[in-house]
Amino acid sequence: MATPTRAPALTGAHPGDAAARPPAVRPRTRRRPLLPYLLLAPALVLELAIHVIPMFVGAFMSLQELTRFHLRDWSGAPFVGLDNFRDVLDVDGPAGAQLLHSFWVTVAYTIASVGLSWLLGTAAAVVLQRPFRGRAVLRALFLTPYALPVYTAVITWSFLLQRDTGLVNHVLVDQLGLLDERPFWLIGENSFVALLVVSVWRSWPFAFLCIMAGLQNIPTEMYEAAAIDGAGFWRRLRDVTLPMLRPVNLVLVLVLFLWTFNDFNTPYVLFGGSAPEAADLISIHIYRSSFETWDFGAGSAMSVALLLFLLAVTAVYLLITNRRGRSHA
Amino acid sequence: MSNRYLAAAAAAVLAAGSLSACGGSGDSPESTKTLTYWASNQGASLEADKQILQPELDKFEQQTGIKVNVEVVPWSDLLNRLLAAATSGKGPDVVNIGNTWSASLQATGALEEFDDATLAEIGGRQRFVPAALAATGAAGKPPAAVPLYSLAYALYYNKKAFADAGISAPPATWEQLVEAGRKLTKGGRWGLAVEGANPSENAHHAFTFSQQYGGEWFDAAGKPTFDTPQNVAAVKRYVDLMAADKIVNPSNAEYAQNQAVSDFANGKAAMLLWQAAGSNLKTQNMAPDAYGVAPVPLPASAPAGGKKVTSMVAGINIAVFKHTKNRDGALRFVKFMTSDEEQVALNRTYGSLPAVSTVAADPAFAGPEQQVLQQTLAGTAAPLPQVPDESTFETLVGTAIKDLFADAASGKPVTEQAVRTALTQAQQQLR
Repeated sequence: MATPTRAPALTGAHPGDAAARPPAVRPRTRRRPLLPYLLLAPALVLELAIHVIPMFVGAFMSLQELTRFHLRDWSGAPFVGLDNFRDVLDVDGPAGAQLLHSFWVTVAYTIASVGLSWLLGTAAAVVLQRPFRGRAVLRALFLTPYALPVYTAVITWSFLLQRDTGLVNHVLVDQLGLLDERPFWLIGENSFVALLVVSVWRSWPFAFLCIMAGLQNIPTEMYEAAAIDGAGFWRRLRDVTLPMLRPVNLVLVLVLFLWTFNDFNTPYVLFGGSAPEAADLISIHIYRSSFETWDFGAGSAMSVALLLFLLAVTAVYLLITNRRGRSHA
Repeated sequence: MSNRYLAAAAAAVLAAGSLSACGGSGDSPESTKTLTYWASNQGASLEADKQILQPELDKFEQQTGIKVNVEVVPWSDLLNRLLAAATSGKGPDVVNIGNTWSASLQATGALEEFDDATLAEIGGRQRFVPAALAATGAAGKPPAAVPLYSLAYALYYNKKAFADAGISAPPATWEQLVEAGRKLTKGGRWGLAVEGANPSENAHHAFTFSQQYGGEWFDAAGKPTFDTPQNVAAVKRYVDLMAADKIVNPSNAEYAQNQAVSDFANGKAAMLLWQAAGSNLKTQNMAPDAYGVAPVPLPASAPAGGKKVTSMVAGINIAVFKHTKNRDGALRFVKFMTSDEEQVALNRTYGSLPAVSTVAADPAFAGPEQQVLQQTLAGTAAPLPQVPDESTFETLVGTAIKDLFADAASGKPVTEQAVRTALTQAQQQLR
């Protein structure tokens, strides 16, 4: 089975964690031990260097006119205040209108992708909850997309989706005869569907993995008690499984949302640098606006706007789920 | 509760990921005894290029004692890598650049200027083919690079398919090309193959067509003029090869990885507009006598202001980064790479043309393909606009045409209005 690289972020969050933690009662020493901080330091330094500092540099760049003429000495590029933001967020202007279009495409893509991934992941995890012959094989099989390197997997998809020589059209048109004409998947309107399918294919195993882990922590007695009370499969799913999975789902949906919203690799590998309009995700749009037109000020302004939006969504999400969590408790 | 803090932290970190930019890599040589050289991918593969270049680099080391560490960079990465090197002031000493990027990279100020004194160090301005030297930077400024390999577009046609269809001579006008294309399009074979989803290819053709229709993509002040009637007519003429004339397989609208060359080599298309396709066709097992080479067609009656241009001045330039700690060594390397001997050896291998006029008559370039390319470069090729926004033009207009091809392929009508709207939108993105 694969070694999930993203899973640890979540395992710390599932409900069994609290139970598994060793008792916090420990003899207090007067001197604070240095070792924990030393152990933390490398991670902290890397976090600063890889995430925090570039983030602030990016925010600073968004206030500059940073075109090819100033790249070599970018700290000395002209300071233009909020001009970049005015340009990229003015929805009546060309740059703003396109960013808005890209934003709505991304919202639709994210909702559909996260929804479908979650649904598939939950369904598969619930079906595989009880032991049966071949369960381990199925589990491993389901996790395969997650284990494949993203570039390899998406390049393979791009071959599958080619119009004349792709397997998808071969099956749809030649073998099943569902369509009379060979549709395009990588250009035009269908590209959105193609992108969605690849995205769901890539991310549902992660949902599956997390929910499977969450299910391990639901005591069997609860199901037994529910069964004795006469609850059928759907009733048990609704009133036992889903409520018990809530803490996992909270984090899972949020993480999937952020990953999908920011997803760069899938569209970039599938369509190359210039995505079709129907699949012009915001990450690609920002990439094009900065790297291909060499206007890093505008690109950074879009990134900062995106960051603020994602922070706002996350904050609202946490606020709502937090409140509901308390009212349930 | 710790769940939520964790989630909040995770969210902040992940959201921040959208901001982190990519950094440059590479290191500068410690002594004057080494050089780092980024070569572009000219041969069948990166590895093949390395094997072609290494013996020459060994020769250079024998002559000068300077060791050259070469890295062959794929085209998809080259511009971004150059940009990173220009921004960070770190990276290679000598690089190959697509000659159309010359003015864009020149604008960053990261490249060594080849003024007359510098040119004299590598043999002098007069050594170079004038057309190729015209594509090395903005007019009126010292070149930002010197030409290394020269290329031009030509029309490649399948001799057998032409004979079977009873066509005796390659088309000289677009009208003839369409007529021939209609005759050739049958039984799973199409008249012409294009690389519809490749923005660069589209932009190159947009340039040539525009010249023929009397258009310009930038005015004298370097401002974009994408949606002039001439440019609209030019782009429409190109896209109509698929949309109206139906001599191009709609599938070509998603071609971006040289599938057009494969289609031509496999006989799925009878004509191809390409730059120096010979070496590529050879690797795809198409014999040199199976195809003919002719200049790119022109309109039968030239539109007002139309120029007799059948190709851009295509090619690869070699440039030196200002940040090099070994300027002398770098210039000696440029001189070596543009020497008569190396120009013959490398251009012969790559099927391109020498960038220096001293070896133009060498028998290595007497083949029919090289003859056509040479005549084109000498007479009917024009450099792409040498303005800082050139690389942006390629991306924006190339992508607009890609979308138009996508429309044509899915049966949507490509009207003059649609072309104009696409070009206007492309221009608006250029701030």
